[in-house]
Amino acid sequence: MNTESAIQHIHRDDEASKLGMWLFIFTELLLFAGLFIVYSVYRYQNAVAFSLAAEQLSVTVGTINTVILLISSATIAMATSAIRLKNKKFTIILLGITLAMAVIFMVNKYFEWMGKFEHGLFPSSDILKSMGNGDTLFYGLYFFMTGLHALHILVGIVLITIVLVRVNNNSLNDDNPVLLDNSGLYWHLVDLIWIFLFPLFYLIT
Amino acid sequence: MEDHSKSHIVPYKTYLLILAGLIVLTLLSVAITHIEFGELSVFAAILLASVKSSLVLVYFMHLKFDNKVLQIFVTAIFILVALVIFITFLDYNYR
Amino acid sequence: MSQQESTQTHVSFRDYKGRYKGLFAWIFSTDHKRIGLLYLYSIITFFITGVLLGIAMKLELISPGKTVMDPATYNAVFTLHGVIMIFLVVVPGLPAVFGNFFLPIMIGAKDVAFPRLNLLSWWVYVLGALVALSSLFMAGGPPDTGWTFYAPYSFKTNTNMLPAVLGAFILGFSSILTGINFVVTIHRLRAPGMNWLKMPLFPWTLYGTGWIQILATPIVGITLLMIVGERLFNIGFFDPALGGDPILYQHLFWIYSHPAVYIMILPAMGAISEIIPTFANKSIFGYKAVVISTLAIAFVGYFVWGHHMFTSGMSGTALYTFSLLTMLVAIPSAIKVFNWVSTMHKASIQLEPPFFWAASFLFVFMIGGLSGIALGVLTTNVHLHDTAFVVAHFHFIVFGGVGFAFMGAIHYWFPKIWGRMYNTKIATTGWMMFFIGFCILYLPMFLLGIQGMPRRYYDYVDRFHGPNIISTMGSWVLFVGLAVIIINLIRSAKKGEIATKDPWGGKTLEWTVDSPPTLENFEEIPVVEKGPYDYR
Repeated sequence: MNTESAIQHIHRDDEASKLGMWLFIFTELLLFAGLFIVYSVYRYQNAVAFSLAAEQLSVTVGTINTVILLISSATIAMATSAIRLKNKKFTIILLGITLAMAVIFMVNKYFEWMGKFEHGLFPSSDILKSMGNGDTLFYGLYFFMTGLHALHILVGIVLITIVLVRVNNNSLNDDNPVLLDNSGLYWHLVDLIWIFLFPLFYLIT
Repeated sequence: MEDHSKSHIVPYKTYLLILAGLIVLTLLSVAITHIEFGELSVFAAILLASVKSSLVLVYFMHLKFDNKVLQIFVTAIFILVALVIFITFLDYNYR
Repeated sequence: MSQQESTQTHVSFRDYKGRYKGLFAWIFSTDHKRIGLLYLYSIITFFITGVLLGIAMKLELISPGKTVMDPATYNAVFTLHGVIMIFLVVVPGLPAVFGNFFLPIMIGAKDVAFPRLNLLSWWVYVLGALVALSSLFMAGGPPDTGWTFYAPYSFKTNTNMLPAVLGAFILGFSSILTGINFVVTIHRLRAPGMNWLKMPLFPWTLYGTGWIQILATPIVGITLLMIVGERLFNIGFFDPALGGDPILYQHLFWIYSHPAVYIMILPAMGAISEIIPTFANKSIFGYKAVVISTLAIAFVGYFVWGHHMFTSGMSGTALYTFSLLTMLVAIPSAIKVFNWVSTMHKASIQLEPPFFWAASFLFVFMIGGLSGIALGVLTTNVHLHDTAFVVAHFHFIVFGGVGFAFMGAIHYWFPKIWGRMYNTKIATTGWMMFFIGFCILYLPMFLLGIQGMPRRYYDYVDRFHGPNIISTMGSWVLFVGLAVIIINLIRSAKKGEIATKDPWGGKTLEWTVDSPPTLENFEEIPVVEKGPYDYR
């Protein structure tokens, strides 16, 4: 034990960790806000092309993915209650459902993207270029925004797996649930962004 | 320093109710795309998304049970983003 | 073991022994003071690099035509000068060095809220710097777009844009982590009794800065990512040929980069607000006004980005709005200047080097601010846009404002950081040369700008020759002054007289602890009962 690490461990402030996590969430929100600005400007300039391009996306797949993410958000929120009620087994089940939902979301996303690639709808493809500027921008934004969102899902999967392992070996319990709480907040953020992405890409008519 | 992490345990039922509400709103927003609102359909979609995101923020993310400061911060962030988009459109809308 | 620990906590933060030895005891230390110094040493290294590039540019401009470098080299040099100075020196500058070192001490805490995150942000900073500078050593050469990376040229040029843009993106992360850390620290770790209105002004400005770092940096982050996407996948976001709008890039870039100017200047104002009361030996005039104007600058500063784009082709409505908002943001800055001047009114002032820096800060900041008004007015802006006038204005604010405040801060807190005094006579000489050199360097550029000399050209017509010679000579005087200052400080850090706890008679908490501070700063966390500047 040396002096430095001794200091670190004396002080534990869960409120500070939570506030820090919220500030990080604000950063993430502004990151996506930048993209929403770009989206709204280009949609304003290419209204017709955007709604025609959006018809190529499957509303069914989008809706299923939305429901999947909502369920996963609810289960990780329930896990924060379960751990405080000292119900380790139920916590693990809930986190397991969350993880499963996240993986299913990614699988759906994979097939959706692959379908678009097969039709030649990817940035700088010849088909897309022949379709005109509105479509180019729509699909550029579609891949960029859902791609960045999917990247966040992957980070979330890693994070929740770590939480799951730590709950399982009891290093995360009702006395020290802050990592679970913060992972939950992060996961809700991912959900929150999708709640806006879904109508903007799948539902415009 | 009071310990908020233990102060309030939200019952499972609350989360399930909110989840049900969110799914209903999702289906509703899909359903109304078939109705022709014209200009209003964009606002309807954004409005429903805002209601959904508020539910996530308030219940799933515990804003209702948390420090007041956080509620102020979150509100301020959304106002900030709205203002930035508004000012950007002062350019694009009047070009 | 515990015996050893308790003796360890009473030695200076520079001498205690941790898990690692030598260099590793510093680069793996989570102590906020050591991290502050790590930042100081890295920033000074990059600052000197940036200064040498600046000197090279002035040398090129000493006569018309090619003097020492060809146009392509000149483009690369001004880009590197900008990228290094903005992203590596001035944005982290005061918050990362003095914020890290003094924020916890000034609010009566043992460290920041997340010490390990703090160390991480320094590592991310180093990583970002290495990535950005790697563009120098790769085929294709350093970028030539200017530090603003304007589209569409930034994804058309054949120079190494990717490392520069990715480096700036990574550096943004470092900045965000520091911001999160400071905001949480200020919320959670103030000493008992220190309510918000008993907090010194330097922490207050760091609080405003922290919020801008959290809320503005991600916008430039995503914009730079879009440039990366544009270069790699040809997506078309800002490419007119594919329907994109280059002006939208400018919007997004300045939504960050204008608030970034306030990330730079707010902590500088905070440092000045500490120095002036100490050397005037008087409480700051209108503490609440200074606090409110800090927050007002941070808030209004978020909505003025368009004044960088007056000639880009925005709509008339946007032009008027941005011009009006720009005038508004000048008000809180002016309030601060009045407060500083009023603090000095009828005070018994100690004439020491930190005070000289603070006083000259007021002088150059006023010139910079007023020339900013000229640029904020639509009609004059059309004439002055992209001329040497803009360069002069910008350097009066960022080099004059932030740079002078940084120098003031280092002379003010030097005895606390190194526990020794420096030679004040040499320091004063250095300041005088620096200040005079600064004025000779930049004042002619206002004139050249008004006469129409454009910026970012390696060449000019003959009638601009005279002022350019004077300006280049100014850069030499400034450089000699800088050398005098740095040599004096390095020598004094080793050989200076031992300093007392409070050599200047300051009243904030950092002057109640040892010089240099011990590992945990305070043996017991102080209880604060009085306001921060309790002189009379």
